[in-house]
Amino acid sequence: METEQSILERCDLWGCIQCGKCTGGCPMAFKTTLNIRRLIYEALIEGAVDPSGMEELWDCTTCGTCVLRCPKEVEPADMIVALRTVLVDGGVIPPTIRDALTSVFRYGNPSLMPPDERADWAEGLGVKNIADGADVLYFVGCIPSYDDRAQKVAKALVKVFQKADVDFGILGVEEKCCCNEVRRVGEEGLFEYMVEEQLELFGKYNVQRIVTTSPHCYNTFKNEYEGLDIEVRHYTQFVAELVKEGKLTFSGELDKVVTYHDPCFLGKQNDIFDEPREIIQSIPGVEFREMDRIRDRSLCCEGGGGRMWWEGTNPEDRLATSRFEEVLSVGADIMAVACPFCLLTFELAAKAGGYEERVQVLDILELVAEVI
Amino acid sequence: MPPKIGVYVCHCGTNIAHTVDVEEVTRAAGGLPNVAIARDYIYMCSDPGQQLIQDDIRELGLDRVVVASCSPRMHELTFRAVLRDADINPYYLQIANIREQCSWVHTERARATEKAKGVVSAAVSRACLLEPLEERDAQVTPAALVIGGGIAGMQTALTIADAGYVVHLVEKGPSIGGHVAELGRTFPTLEDVGPLLGGVIQSVETHPNIELFTNSQVVEVEGFIGNFEVKVRRGAANSREEAASDDVAGSQQGEEIRDLSVGAIVVATGFDIFDAALKPEFAYGLYDGVITGLELERLSSSSGPTGGKISVADREIRDVVFIHCVGSRDRNLGNPYCSRICCMYTAKQAHVVREKLPDARITVFYIDMRAFGKGFEEFYDRVREERVLYRRGNASEIYKRGDRLVVRAEDTLLSKPVEVEADLVVLATGLVPRSDGDQIASLLKLSRSADGFFMELHPKLRPVDTATDGVYLAGCCQSPKDIADTVAQAKAAASSALIPLSLGKVRVESVACAIDPLLCSGCGLCADACIYGALNLDERRGVMTANQVICKGCGACATACPSGAIVVKHFTLDQILAEVEAAI
Repeated sequence: METEQSILERCDLWGCIQCGKCTGGCPMAFKTTLNIRRLIYEALIEGAVDPSGMEELWDCTTCGTCVLRCPKEVEPADMIVALRTVLVDGGVIPPTIRDALTSVFRYGNPSLMPPDERADWAEGLGVKNIADGADVLYFVGCIPSYDDRAQKVAKALVKVFQKADVDFGILGVEEKCCCNEVRRVGEEGLFEYMVEEQLELFGKYNVQRIVTTSPHCYNTFKNEYEGLDIEVRHYTQFVAELVKEGKLTFSGELDKVVTYHDPCFLGKQNDIFDEPREIIQSIPGVEFREMDRIRDRSLCCEGGGGRMWWEGTNPEDRLATSRFEEVLSVGADIMAVACPFCLLTFELAAKAGGYEERVQVLDILELVAEVI
Repeated sequence: MPPKIGVYVCHCGTNIAHTVDVEEVTRAAGGLPNVAIARDYIYMCSDPGQQLIQDDIRELGLDRVVVASCSPRMHELTFRAVLRDADINPYYLQIANIREQCSWVHTERARATEKAKGVVSAAVSRACLLEPLEERDAQVTPAALVIGGGIAGMQTALTIADAGYVVHLVEKGPSIGGHVAELGRTFPTLEDVGPLLGGVIQSVETHPNIELFTNSQVVEVEGFIGNFEVKVRRGAANSREEAASDDVAGSQQGEEIRDLSVGAIVVATGFDIFDAALKPEFAYGLYDGVITGLELERLSSSSGPTGGKISVADREIRDVVFIHCVGSRDRNLGNPYCSRICCMYTAKQAHVVREKLPDARITVFYIDMRAFGKGFEEFYDRVREERVLYRRGNASEIYKRGDRLVVRAEDTLLSKPVEVEADLVVLATGLVPRSDGDQIASLLKLSRSADGFFMELHPKLRPVDTATDGVYLAGCCQSPKDIADTVAQAKAAASSALIPLSLGKVRVESVACAIDPLLCSGCGLCADACIYGALNLDERRGVMTANQVICKGCGACATACPSGAIVVKHFTLDQILAEVEAAI
């Protein structure tokens, strides 16, 4: 998809006062050469930025801290994505990301997995297909559908739905990638193509409400799918309500010290901070403790923005490591998460850093499923 | 008797004459019906120009005058005075605007001249139908009301009181002094606020002309310039909650309603401090080592919680970080403006900390440095020479590492993200409009600027006036400023208020509406259209009446009236239509 517009025409950068809050809050700025403030300055002064050779552009996790901090309502992350689209258009893209994109296009998932195996995780669970009509579409997502570890989260949510008598269905083998990350790595064309397909699919089954496992799917459906006239919620919002309305009750106890990591796409970008905490704190026996870097100051897991498909320019220095230190410093043994990317990146980091004996990384749903 | 009109065409130097053939316009005007004389002159508004008109009035017995010149907004009052001095009712003057609406907007001489002739002809037709209007004065009550007992209110009150007038100073809180009373030392002279403010407070409390109301609120204001009727609820401490309601008649123990009559009102209600909890990235309220600038004032004061020692929970302070622009210059929060004082108060605080902690590392994270006032830049130089590190880049977040605070920012001049450890972080929180601003605004019909502060009549030329005659603004309620500028503005507001007070009377503009009671049915549609509240129903007679002083002559009522019962004097239908017909 060719575009003739310059960076300055595509992104509204003129409001920038070069205060540096973006780079100052950027988790990647501290471990790579990525400096978004300076890139904006170059664009303003020189009128154009040549992204060729800028490998650090792919380090950005699109966590959105820069957008959150900017006092002049400039969206620095927009510029990174715009520069990525320029590179992608020119065919310059890390090979692993390119492969993921090709896979999304061909197979509806970034992991080269066969589309007709997408619903295998649900076998024997008595899960209805949305074609049979249901109140809620449970949009599972690529990782919870195919990844062994993340499938446990999907199964846990199914258990919760069933215990609470929720009338839900899944798209099964017809489900395709939401493309939140596709857009963020600069493949705007593929994104728009897939949005059209998704809208048709939702329309075909007259979907009224969607609940997602991943905050990434939630984010793009809610904020970026133009023409989507459907109520979209992340599972934490839905489940917190079930608990509050007494529709989900707990029969067991979990005597553990639990802390919670705010995912960027749920917290910083969509202001959902309280519901996950409400769920955790309602589990009998749980002692909930807050870490230091919570809510708006939560530290990105380095999973977003295409980072699930590319290691980055500085893979040895993991942000996740400091997170484990924080978990241990509050005396917790479980770090609860609410995002499949966080789940996988933290588990990998735990193994790499030698924390797996001391810190368990579990999705909130896995905690809930144990006691209902 | 037919009217005898004199037409005077001004060259305005070359402003008009360059584009319009003024001699030709004069010649054409001389041929119009009812025109006794037509002259042109280089500057009609000059003394000789005015003399020309007065001589003609006397010698030729003119009874109406048309001046073809600049906009009436420039010299209508000047020429009205000329008529008045020649014993002719000033409303027999008609201005023909052949400058702003002709020579300044056209370039083709021939066509501009034709247009000027048309404008003059229309003015002459209208002049034939002008009626004399009564020029009246209203008495001014020789007293003032000042709302707010901070430095602005106190200074305004003192100035008016010194000029010999009674001032009622109403303060909501239990004592006067405002936010200045919460400060330690002021920039750039580093004077202690205590004695500074103490002197002012004493003067206010002992001034024979100042009546001080504390724990009090203005609850009702009626009337107009020179004649305001005000109700003040003066109460005990617990009545402050009651004051939020509209119940004027209610009274608590120790509470009373005082009726005051004043000629002028000055609003000096001040500001609120930005709530730093609205910037969650700084963990204010979470970490005891993160405080606001105002809290540092308290901490560094010898009468403060630590006796002036800079410490947090008895911890030793080795590293102090200041962060500029907290809650200001921030569109996300709806505070896009700059609070003006924070750069300087932070510099002052950095100096104070340096004095008390000679070996501490002091860092100030800034975006821009605003040291605009007298002595400010020199003070900034001094502070840097005291080894205060100014690093360019606004901090992005604060987190903890053990006992220490970690401030994350980018040093934009080094182009490098940095983490600066600190024991104490001071947030330079800005000024915001007071939360009770709506109450005050509705009492006095004050407008708000986009930033939420009270709106001045003109940002450059009328900084202390409001759209309501007789109501003035002083201090931070109008926009953020430091003590020096506040005092200057307070004196400005006082001098503006002293104009009607010292004249003892106000000229009531004669261009107001007139109601024909025979045609009026009392339907009230005119009152709905009136934004000034000038129209009221006389219930006994069942007709509407117009307050000639409040009425601004805008004509909205005349348009709204279905019976044609209202006319705007000096702008009657006949007068306007005559002008139109002559023009076309």
